[in-house]
Amino acid sequence: MTNKPHPLSMASLPGLDKRYRAEKRFKFAGVLAVFSSLAFLGFLIVAIALKSAGAFQTYEVEILVKKEKYLELRDQPFIFLQSTMRYNLSGVVNGQAMREAVNMVVDGAEIDLLDHIENLQQNTRADGLGSYSVWVTLSNRVVSALSKQDIGTNLTARQQAWVEGWVANNKVRQRFNVGFLTNGDSRDPERAGIGSALVGSAFMLLVCMVLSFGVGILAAIYLEEFAPKNKYTVFLEVNINNLATVPSIIFGLLGLSVFLNLFGLPRSAAIVGGMVLALMTMPTIIIASRLALQSVPLSIREAAFSVGASPLQTVFHHVLPLALPGMLTGTILGMARAIGETAPLLMIGMLAFIVEAPDNIFDPASVLPVQIFLWAESPERGFEEKTAAAIIVLLAFLLVMNLTAIILRKKLEKKW
Amino acid sequence: MVTYTVNEDNNPDTVKAKIIVDKVSVAYGDHLALNDIALDIISNKVTALIGPSGCGKTTFLRCINRMNDLIGSCKVTGSILLDGYDIYAPEVDVEVLRRKVGMVFQKPNPFPKSIYDNIAYGVKIHGLASDKEELDAIVEQSLVRAGLFEEVADRLDVSGTSLSGGQQQRLCIARAIAISPDVILMDEPCSALDPIATAKIEELIHELKERYTIVIVTHSMQQAARVSDYTAFFHEGDLVEKGETSALFTNPNDKRTEAYITGRIG
Amino acid sequence: MTLSPLKMKRTHSVKNVIEGAIKACLIASSAIAVLVTVGIIFSLIIQSVRFFSEVSFFDFLFGIEWKPQSVTEIGGGKVSGVFGAVPLFVGTFLISFIALLVAGPFGIFSAIYLSEYAGDRKRALIKPALEILAGVPTVVYGFFAAIVIAPNIRGLGSALGFNVAAEAAISAGIVMGVMIIPLVSSIVDDVISAVPISLKEGAIGLGATRSETVRHVILPAALPGIAGGMLLAASRAVGETMIVVMAAGLAAQLSFNPLEAVTTVTVQIVLALTGDQEFDSAKTLVAFALGLTLFIVTLTFNLLGNWIVNRYKEAYD
Repeated sequence: MTNKPHPLSMASLPGLDKRYRAEKRFKFAGVLAVFSSLAFLGFLIVAIALKSAGAFQTYEVEILVKKEKYLELRDQPFIFLQSTMRYNLSGVVNGQAMREAVNMVVDGAEIDLLDHIENLQQNTRADGLGSYSVWVTLSNRVVSALSKQDIGTNLTARQQAWVEGWVANNKVRQRFNVGFLTNGDSRDPERAGIGSALVGSAFMLLVCMVLSFGVGILAAIYLEEFAPKNKYTVFLEVNINNLATVPSIIFGLLGLSVFLNLFGLPRSAAIVGGMVLALMTMPTIIIASRLALQSVPLSIREAAFSVGASPLQTVFHHVLPLALPGMLTGTILGMARAIGETAPLLMIGMLAFIVEAPDNIFDPASVLPVQIFLWAESPERGFEEKTAAAIIVLLAFLLVMNLTAIILRKKLEKKW
Repeated sequence: MVTYTVNEDNNPDTVKAKIIVDKVSVAYGDHLALNDIALDIISNKVTALIGPSGCGKTTFLRCINRMNDLIGSCKVTGSILLDGYDIYAPEVDVEVLRRKVGMVFQKPNPFPKSIYDNIAYGVKIHGLASDKEELDAIVEQSLVRAGLFEEVADRLDVSGTSLSGGQQQRLCIARAIAISPDVILMDEPCSALDPIATAKIEELIHELKERYTIVIVTHSMQQAARVSDYTAFFHEGDLVEKGETSALFTNPNDKRTEAYITGRIG
Repeated sequence: MTLSPLKMKRTHSVKNVIEGAIKACLIASSAIAVLVTVGIIFSLIIQSVRFFSEVSFFDFLFGIEWKPQSVTEIGGGKVSGVFGAVPLFVGTFLISFIALLVAGPFGIFSAIYLSEYAGDRKRALIKPALEILAGVPTVVYGFFAAIVIAPNIRGLGSALGFNVAAEAAISAGIVMGVMIIPLVSSIVDDVISAVPISLKEGAIGLGATRSETVRHVILPAALPGIAGGMLLAASRAVGETMIVVMAAGLAAQLSFNPLEAVTTVTVQIVLALTGDQEFDSAKTLVAFALGLTLFIVTLTFNLLGNWIVNRYKEAYD
């Protein structure tokens, strides 16, 4: 028995250790490429989520309103607010102090106050003391002071004292900012919300889906099941594949010169946006639908033919139902692309300042990605967290759509 | 330092065996592809592996240079000793093993490089030539041994893929012997070739066994009879029968072997 | 006279009409794709012709001064010296080039890792995760580039003693590059798997390590396909709009310096059409001339890229 190195080990081939180190470096480069790409994605999401946090929550303060003052001043809202603030805060003795007091609550707080009191009157009566207790949203300045635990920087000495007093008496509460999801756009970051944009996006997506799903599926059926193989259909195919790679902004130019200038459709309307996006997503849906049709086994068609079904009956009664989940998956993925698309919408005038949600597809509308763009371009710093929050909402929608597509695909796979 | 303990009792039966295969089973996931194979592969002889397709003969061949490592789900048990050393031992580096055990594939697969670079490639990566002259000499010698030198001597810089199928396969053989292996594995090397090219390769195999131990998988019994000294017959993952080629073909012991060589299964 | 039992009866002809109508519907639906292409080409060309009746074609394509805001209405005659698009072409090229510098190595190495090193299980996890990068809306990337990447690069630059513009080409380029990584990765993945396994086995059988096999055999064989893939990625980068609108410069500057602010073709299209100008002025019509240029360039890249990739794949069939 002797001990010696295994003749098939590294030791018997000089230079192999060096080659192994090169191997490790190469593999590491691959891991690094994947890891850093994914890390970038994680960084992007985390950075935006952190920036968005403030937009989803709001701070409110409990204000007491004397019934008699309400009855006396309700037709002069701003004076009513001033008197209410004087009643709630100590030391409002001069004009400067009054300005600081009014700045404690959100711009337009007088309207909120009056609304709240009207609601209170319908539901319950004022308490025995003859005063209402109303929660009013605080101004951005106070909110940022509260959320950063740093009362000193943006507030005057008087305001600091007031805030500390409120906090000490438990008059301040933190709430989920429902307004962000329901309000329309506003020049004032504290009031701006994505409500109208969500409605606009929904209308636009509806138009886009009806058009692109309908046309896309019919075109796919023709190309896959009926089209003869000749130079026209080859041209058609090349055409569709190339259309899928045309930059989105070009579709915007098409929408502008054809839908707006030629057909005279309204600018900024959901219908035009939906049509442009439908043209853009159609090639993707056609390609996905054809794959779905291809995956239906030939035996199904042969079975249908063998009982005397016509080609059309075969496709619509037997093949289409089986291919439909795959087509739906493709459509959902197409819609996921459409919902985040911005550039072509700018071309058809969809960047107007729109507060009200549209009532129908012909009304001027704003959509979520454009709202994000508009806020991102706004010089006012308060919009930064709103932008981030709107992005988080958009990403959440995308996540839901993609998960739906994945689940649908998984279900489909089980079948065959 | 990795060390390896070996039993150096000079058993006269194992001395001339280059490779000793014992209790080898191969599974792809749940599917058992080879079942308890034992086979000695004799030095400087040609061993043919025959059997119907799907019988596991190629799988077995690929165990000998551990090409099966490339397939994640493939699990090999048992032992394969090369010169008495287990090739599946943990300290084995597959690159060294594959240098010792070369391989020629079913379809000629020259790299899309010049003829010269095709042969020089293995020599270069393993650092087997110290200078250009030595490399040139190795390339020439390999081409000569593969019987290709005269045909391509004046155009070593043309692409290997521009040669005819038979020439490509001989180029692949030259590529394999350039790194001076002990064993050459051939996986149906003539299945894609015409009869004349096949005859050349068979002649070459005959010459090569002077220097190398050759294991050849073939689906052609005539070829096995022509080129091999020993034959092993595989059937559905089992090694049914092994022995000297002449004996196995004229006087098979097992019914399945007989059925195969008379053409009743296959 | 009796009809052959295999011939259809008269009542079937109604069915025939319906079937014919449905088929016509199907054909019409597929024809829409052609209609869209025709629509794009015509609308771009018609408006471009109107633009070039006011601005000389030569000035547009080779001029180096871009300042459409200084157009003054002279009434009749050609406008000159303000619609020179060269700075835009250079800016577009610069940013796309930076994007490819990022997407190329990361995409190629990801593809190599996925196809050669990651097992099936890891691959099934990592591939869709990478695809998320391509699914993030570009407006999100634009915001991220402007708010997070640009200030950081600026800070880094000044720490190293470089003067980096607020809207430097490099910020937009990097973010755009990250967006294209999945595209490059999936094309290269396809191209690598089209390299015949026998070639790979030839190298492995000689005792080459995995990385030697990739570097010496697979990559050289896959090179034409990878080049085609990079052309497709370039087409994507050139046509990208939101990232550059939000993170690149608005004013034209003829510069190859990645630390300076340059503008691109797509940015100028957006700027031309989102102002309050009259639709018929040269200031807005220029968007269509730029759009036509963009369409031609991306179409050429795509056709060429697809042709190379397909020809390469066929070579190994």
